[in-house]
This record gives sequence, C-alpha cells and structure tokens, in this order.
Amino acid sequence: MLTLTCPYCGVTVEETELYPGGEAHLKRFGPGSTDAEFESYMFARKNPKGVHFERWRHAYGCGKWFLAARDTVTWEVFGTYSAQTPEPPAALVATIKQKRPGWEGWK
Amino acid sequence: MRRYSIFAVAREALRYHSGWEKAWASPEPKKRYDVIVVGAGGHGLATAYYLGKVHGITNVAVIEKGWLGGGNTGRNTTIIRSNYLQDPSSAIFEKARSLYEDLSTDLNYNVMFSPRGLLMLAQSEHEMRGYKRTVYANNLQGVETRWIDRHEVKNLVPILNIDGPRYPVLGALYQERGGTARHDAVAWGYARRCSAMGMDIIQNCEVKGVRTEGGKVVGVDTTKGAIDCGKLAIVVAGHSSVLADMAGFRLPIESRALQAWVSEPIKPTIDVVVMANLVHGYMSQSDKGELVIGGGTDGFNNYSQRGSWQHVEETTRALIETFPVISRLKMLRQWGGIVDMTGDRSPILSKTPVEGIYVNCGWGTGGFKAIPGSGYAMAELVAKDYSPLAAEFGLHRFKEGQFIDESVAAGVAH
Repeated sequence: MLTLTCPYCGVTVEETELYPGGEAHLKRFGPGSTDAEFESYMFARKNPKGVHFERWRHAYGCGKWFLAARDTVTWEVFGTYSAQTPEPPAALVATIKQKRPGWEGWK
Repeated sequence: MRRYSIFAVAREALRYHSGWEKAWASPEPKKRYDVIVVGAGGHGLATAYYLGKVHGITNVAVIEKGWLGGGNTGRNTTIIRSNYLQDPSSAIFEKARSLYEDLSTDLNYNVMFSPRGLLMLAQSEHEMRGYKRTVYANNLQGVETRWIDRHEVKNLVPILNIDGPRYPVLGALYQERGGTARHDAVAWGYARRCSAMGMDIIQNCEVKGVRTEGGKVVGVDTTKGAIDCGKLAIVVAGHSSVLADMAGFRLPIESRALQAWVSEPIKPTIDVVVMANLVHGYMSQSDKGELVIGGGTDGFNNYSQRGSWQHVEETTRALIETFPVISRLKMLRQWGGIVDMTGDRSPILSKTPVEGIYVNCGWGTGGFKAIPGSGYAMAELVAKDYSPLAAEFGLHRFKEGQFIDESVAAGVAH
C-alpha cells in the first residue's frame, strides 16, 4: 500500500486516508487561449513510466492538497511538498536526479 | 496451417499426438514490413488478422516486448457485452460481440465464447432509470437488451440477495447474448491465423525508439535491431503514452492499475455474468469453477501491474453483501493489469500527428470484449485511412469536445 507524508501535518499516512488528484504543476489556460493550449491543459497528460509529480489531498486528515514526487513503477516516494509551489523544489529535483541518473527532468 | 478438427484429434490419438505442429512461428525480424503492429495482445493480433483477411495486407510484423497475450489480454475478467448508451460505442462493441459469435469457426480455434447472458443490476432508483434508458437506446441501435424486474433477476441468479440490506436489487439490464470467452485462446487463435498468413509475430522484442523523417514514420528501433516500416500501429494499452513519447506526441491517457481475482473452485453456482455497478463489483463463474471477480481501478498513475489492497477489500465486501453465499470462500489468486484511461472513458482509434502512425488505445477497463471489433476497425483505419466504426473515436474529439461519454453511461465510479 502506498504511504505518503502530509507536508502540513507531518504524519505518514496510508493511501486510504488520501485522495489522488492527478498530474501536478499544470499550467491553466482559460478564455483567450488557443484551442491547442486549452486541449493540452484539459486532456494531454504526462503519463511517465518512472518519476511523476502528482497532487494528493489529505482527505481524512487536514483536508489540504499537497504535491508528491513518486516513481510510477516502484512506488518509491521521493518527497512531498506544499501545493503552493509553482515547480518542484530544487533540493527534491537534486535528490531524484541522484537516485535516477537517466531521468530527463520534470518538464 | 493444419486445421484443427475432430478428424485431426482422432488421427493424432492414433499416433501418440506426435503430429501437432507449432501454432505459430517465431521468426527473426525482416528488414522491412508494410505494417508493423506494436503489441501482440488481443487488439494488436486482431488488427493484424483483419489487415490480412479483409484488406489483403500480409507483409506485417507484430512486435511484442514480452510474450503474446501476456498483458491485459491475459489479465481481464473475460466479460463480453455491448450494452453501451452512446451510438458509436454500441456500434463498435456490438461489432465485436457479433464477431465473437462465430470467431471459433472463423479462426478454427476454440475461443470458448459462452453467451451465457449478462446482468447489470440496478440497485438505486437512478440506476434503474439509467438502465431503462440504455435499453431504449440499445433497441434503437439494434443491440438486443431488455429490462427485467427483480423477480426475474432472482430466477436467473438464485444466490443473489435482492433485498439489500443497503442496496436492494430493483431490476437489471439484461443482455442475453453477452457472456464470456477464453481470453488466452482469443490471442492464440488470432496469432495462429496471422502466422499462417505469413505474418511475423516477434516476441521478446521491445520497441526502444520510433524513427521518423520529415514528419513521417520510417521504422522502429528494437532490442532485436532496427526494423523499417511503411505504417506503424501502436496497440499497447497501458504503455501507449510511452510509445507516443518515443514518436514525439502526447496522448490524453493515464495508466492505472485494475485488479481481478478468483476464488477457490466450487460447483456450478452462477451461470450468468452479474455486474453490480453501484457497489462496483462484478462476478461470473469460470469453467473451472472459480468465481472470477473484478472491481475498480486505482486513482493514481501506476505501471507496476499491482494494485492497491483496499480495492480488493472493498469489492469483495460489496459482493459478499450481494451474494451472501460466497462469504466463506477463500480467494485463490489476484493480479493486476495496467489500463489506459481516457477522460471520457472511450477508446482512441486514430491517426496521429506523425504521418503513418496510428494508435488504438484507451480501452481502459473494458478492452477484452472489444477485441474483434477493435481489430476490424483498426485494420480498416490503417489500410484505408478511414473506418466508419472508428471515425468518432479519433484524437480530434478532445480538441472539438465531441466526447463519447461512457463514464456517465456506464454508471460505474471509474
């Protein structure tokens, strides 16, 4: 079972206490954007086999959204961090690069 | 290819079964093929088969990173139905179901299609209205389904508890010609015929890169070297995004784990397929006597072919409430497959931004039932650049908002 640490509560919880929210760091496009931008924002998703950044909500805890970096094959969790973060923290990216030398980066 | 028949069985019985030939060849890849199909699961092999049978294209290779039929084709609950709400879905799923009817004869391979009947239980007022609507839609689409009341349900499935406690059964959407088939045999039967038509099925050969020139596909790089092709069909379910990434485009797909499990074998107990979508569990009995049970997908991206334990628990709990008789059964084994989920829960059969590359993916949690129809439509799309069955399942629908919204129609909490 997947376990994640809520960055707000500081507690490590099982996935039954969490709600998954899909890809993290999506850039939102609204009125005035092109069709392609809007389509990409709405539907095109990163679906990597390996390092992935995603949103989770501590549904049966503090109720807040947070972000997590996780490997979709091994389920290894590299770290969790606040949802009020426009891109992954540099320290976390460095940790992942160290653990996954072939990783192409988060973008 | 030597035909399988009762005479062949008799002949072999007299000579210690020494004359059976291999069902398919395992050749080394050639330098170039007209069409390369990536993925030797049911959908990929069916695509190749109908390319040869209907369109006369036989210079085809089917490349598979593992062994054929070893992915989701061998990991599903083998349910076949076509009681969908939307017209394009009904068309392609009914095409598939009707091809299943005589697939054993067509392939000269017993796929054990068993149209034993399929019930979708209505366990709330809303579900009841929804299914009645589906029955009306199906009748207009030429798909034979009907609404049956709770007493008829009880007659068909005596072990069903129709009185609740939480979710009493109010009736069911009944498709008499729905059922199951032997999943491995579907892949093996198609593979045998493809091989007999001179197609190369290349197993243990992983695609590592897609080569393009001037926006057009020219070949693939594999663990068995570079292979050139005129057209490339990507039919790899859970790994569609990985292949699309190699080809340089992105798909509206997320890969999730879906699990199934079977009980210990018991005597014949239930001779129809029952789906309880409100509580999200479905069950049928295999020929070996095991109860085959499936539930919901995980909510997060996953490539590990393992799912979360609580889904097994939730589904089994729900089914015990529905079928109290199974409460003391031991579960024998459990497995997971990686399914490719689209936003509207409908498949993608489409041309792509790269000329010559076609994708057939997004079947999500319900691909097995679609195999013959999917292969038929995909073959037409690859051969002629257009298939009426596939027309509305193109990638364009995400740009235009022309969704085929089966996540609502299925009534399942996907």
